[in-house]
Amino acid sequence: MSHPPDPRQAAFAGRRTDGSPVQRPLSPHLQAYDMLQMTSAMSIMHRASGIAWSLATVLLVWWLVALASGPGPFATVQWFMSSFIGLLVLFGMTVVAWFHTLAGIRHMAWDLGYGFSLPAMMRSGQAVLVGTAALTVLTWVIALVVWL
Amino acid sequence: MRTPLGRVRGLGSAKSGTHHWWMQRVTSLALLPLTLWFVYAVISLSGASFAQTRNFIGHPVNAVLMLALIGLTFHHINAGLQVVVEDYVRAERSRIGILLLIRGACWLAALISGFAVLRVAFT
Repeated sequence: MSHPPDPRQAAFAGRRTDGSPVQRPLSPHLQAYDMLQMTSAMSIMHRASGIAWSLATVLLVWWLVALASGPGPFATVQWFMSSFIGLLVLFGMTVVAWFHTLAGIRHMAWDLGYGFSLPAMMRSGQAVLVGTAALTVLTWVIALVVWL
Repeated sequence: MRTPLGRVRGLGSAKSGTHHWWMQRVTSLALLPLTLWFVYAVISLSGASFAQTRNFIGHPVNAVLMLALIGLTFHHINAGLQVVVEDYVRAERSRIGILLLIRGACWLAALISGFAVLRVAFT
C-alpha cells in the first residue's frame, strides 16, 4: 500500500456497539469539498480556527506562569507580546477567536433548529465573516487606545 | 440483530451516548461570557505593570473567573480536538494514542495555569 490513501476507501478502524472491529469510510476530507462554497468553507474554517486557538492557549499558560513566577519572567512575556511577532500572533488570535466565536453562535442556532434554509445559511455565513472583520478591528482600536 | 432499545441501553459504540456532544455545547455557552470578560481584562491590562497585573488576577472575583475560564477552555479544547482526531486518524492505535496525548496536554495546561492563578491569589 504505497499509493496515497483514497478517502472513499473504508480504511478507518472503528468498533461496533458490541466492541467487534469494523472498517468504516473516513469522514469527508478536505479534498472532497469545493473549498469556496459557503457551507464547506465555513465548516472547515470553524475547525481550523478551533485548532489554531487551541495552540494559542500556550500564550495564556505562559503569561499566567510568568505572572506567578516574578517580575523577570513577566517582563519577558510583556516584551514578546509587544514585539512585532508577538503583536502579529495576538492579531491573528483575535481574528481566529472572533471567527470561532461567531461561527460557534451560528452552530448554536442550528442546534436550536434555526437558519437551515439556503438563503438563511448564506446570510448567517456572510454575517459571521463581516462580524469577524468588524469585531477584530473594534477590539484592536480599543486595545491600542488603552495601550498608547 | 440488536433492537434499537438494546443499542440505546448500551449508549451506542462510544458508550457515552450524547454526553460528549452535549458538554461541548455547554462549555461553549459558558465560554461566551467568560471569553468576553477575558478580552476586556486583557485590554484593560495592556501596558499594565507586574504589580498591577498581579493585583487584578489576584482579586477574588477575577481569580475565580480565571479558574472557570481555564477549566472550561481546556475541557472545550479537548472535546473539539478529540472530534477532529476521531474523524481523520485511521488506525485505532495511533488514534487512541493521540487522543491520550491531547487529553494529557489539556489536563497539564489546565492544572499549570490554575495553579499559577492560585499562587498569584494567595501569595
